[in-house]
Amino acid sequence: MSEITLVEAINQALTYEMAHDPGVIVLGEDVGANGGVFRATLGLQEKFGEDRVLDTPLSEVLIGAMSIGMSVMKLRPVAEIQFSGFLYSNLDHIINHASRMRNRTQGRLSCPMVIRSPSGGGIHAPEHHSESPEAMFAHIPGIRVVIPSSPLRAYRLLLAAIRDPDPVIFLEPTRLYRLFKQEVPDNGKAELLDVCLTIREGRDITLVSWGAMMNEVQIAAETLSEEGIEAEIIDVATIKPLDMETILNSVAKTGRCVIVHEAPRSAGFGAEIAANLAEHALLSLFAPVCRVTGYDAVMPLARLEKSYIPSVEKIINAVKKTIAFA
Amino acid sequence: MSIIANFQIPYTQFLDHTGDVVQPLPEFALDCENLTPLYRAMVENRTFDAKAIALQRTGRMGTYASSLGQEAIGVGIGSIMREDDILVPSYREYGAQFWRGVRMKEILLYWSGDERSNNFENQKTDLPICVTIGAHPAHAVGVAYALKLRGKNQVAVCTLGDGATSKGDFYEAINAAGVWNLPLVFVVSNNQFAISIRYEQQTAAKTIAQKAIAAGFAGEQIDGNDVIAVRHSVDQALQKARRGGGPTLIEAITYRMSDHTTADDASRYRSKEELSEQWAYEPISRLRNYLIKKEAWTKDEEDTLIKNSAAIVQEEVDEYLNTPPREPSSMFDHLYENLPAAYAEQQAELMEKGSAHV
Repeated sequence: MSEITLVEAINQALTYEMAHDPGVIVLGEDVGANGGVFRATLGLQEKFGEDRVLDTPLSEVLIGAMSIGMSVMKLRPVAEIQFSGFLYSNLDHIINHASRMRNRTQGRLSCPMVIRSPSGGGIHAPEHHSESPEAMFAHIPGIRVVIPSSPLRAYRLLLAAIRDPDPVIFLEPTRLYRLFKQEVPDNGKAELLDVCLTIREGRDITLVSWGAMMNEVQIAAETLSEEGIEAEIIDVATIKPLDMETILNSVAKTGRCVIVHEAPRSAGFGAEIAANLAEHALLSLFAPVCRVTGYDAVMPLARLEKSYIPSVEKIINAVKKTIAFA
Repeated sequence: MSIIANFQIPYTQFLDHTGDVVQPLPEFALDCENLTPLYRAMVENRTFDAKAIALQRTGRMGTYASSLGQEAIGVGIGSIMREDDILVPSYREYGAQFWRGVRMKEILLYWSGDERSNNFENQKTDLPICVTIGAHPAHAVGVAYALKLRGKNQVAVCTLGDGATSKGDFYEAINAAGVWNLPLVFVVSNNQFAISIRYEQQTAAKTIAQKAIAAGFAGEQIDGNDVIAVRHSVDQALQKARRGGGPTLIEAITYRMSDHTTADDASRYRSKEELSEQWAYEPISRLRNYLIKKEAWTKDEEDTLIKNSAAIVQEEVDEYLNTPPREPSSMFDHLYENLPAAYAEQQAELMEKGSAHV
């Protein structure tokens, strides 16, 4: 089996599910003949036709809003918003309608829809193409927020998201789109949503992260291992709803926790995890919970983005400081 | 210079405000037997409306948006849609909802603040009322796209108001409806007001109907207080959509005789004189005049209708008033199909405390 990139894994998942569920519709700007600006939808229109792989007008509000109408009618729309910076105009529809149609109608109607959107920095893109808005979405009751961090997890999480009966915001880390390859069996096997994935076991400290930062976190863990520090790594994967149990179990074992995310620190999703640790893990902690995050500044344009995104060194230093505390 | 595009906006009225016929009636209207059900439905709608306001004024219901003076639009639409069409409504087209099986009790329950209202007992596929103005036309695009894909000649009907046509979502919706030639009928109830904002403050366009032209499909204006015109125009638009002829925008000219909602006081921005003049144009009396002239309606029938309407409404009101509030913990019941483990504790907390506010 050949190895594929994360963006190819997205394409593989879409292809698999469109072939197996005639209700799945892919829609967005340039998703058809062009195959999407990142080529995530490459070849889909050729395979499944213009009716199911739908090039929309340049109309982001429409893309999210019509997905609501489609999903209410029992289709399974998978919408692409080209960059998460263009997703904000959809908030009205996500917050006011997609997330609450099931509750509003007490189960009579629902919105099994996925909005895929590339997010995060590190690819030298123009303004509005590099933000990490996951915490904003995590505050919305009634939806799921899912972020993959490897080709295999992208494939399995996207399949799970499409099959999920409720709306999912699926944020794809652009920095990982082509960073590395992995074997991804095209067997239709979905990952479980709503659970954190422990991807490395360790006794000394728990590193909690998601999306693109998982790359730096894993490099940091390998480096630390060479120095005798064994980190447990948890990929949150489903940001909302949060599986706190897995994190608490890990921290009960390690007594230390560093949370790493690229988004701004204040009211970032790390704050939610830290608050839960303060409420439920205080007596297992040897040291204060530490956050390694982006700054509370506007995501800089390309020339400064490296200064914004937490580095491997920053993670290593945070771990060492936490371990040195006690 | 040469002209590369031209357009016209037709206007349709069959009954003038006195009930006189101004142009040959469409076939269905030639038989008064077909008109009395419309008349009855409008009277029931108005009876319901008055009762709903009374419930709010006496503290037995929350804020309510009245459809007084606009009954012909909802009734006209509801009476001609096919059962398997989909209504994507705003909040003043109760007449259409009632015709399609939504219960009066459910509308009352909705305005009392109870989500169970939208789990319609007898109407499983229409969308619920959309409160965020102008958002739902874009939902209707998705509905219509799904219907087109399904290929059973079903049509989506989206009702909205004049204010909604100022929203970007509306333009995105009509634009896409045109691009994909969708089976979708937009009916704009132009009732001259968006709360206090008048038509001239909303748009400099002579008509709302012409906005459809910019999206590449037909727009027309009708007298929205003439139920025959409403039913006829919607019928034509539905037939066109079923034939694959794509979307239509119908601008139904009407007048909001009520306050915006019970939380509004329209006397702050319109005069008593203006309102009282409008009573000459409302939809119910003109159809009654016509039916009486055609000797198709008697005083006895009118008396019976009024009595029966009151009884129908009262029965629904009683059922509404006897509906206990739902359990607090039920706020989690339909948040997701299956409640994620992460929220089980919060639901359990509500279960434990029940209705106690602690």
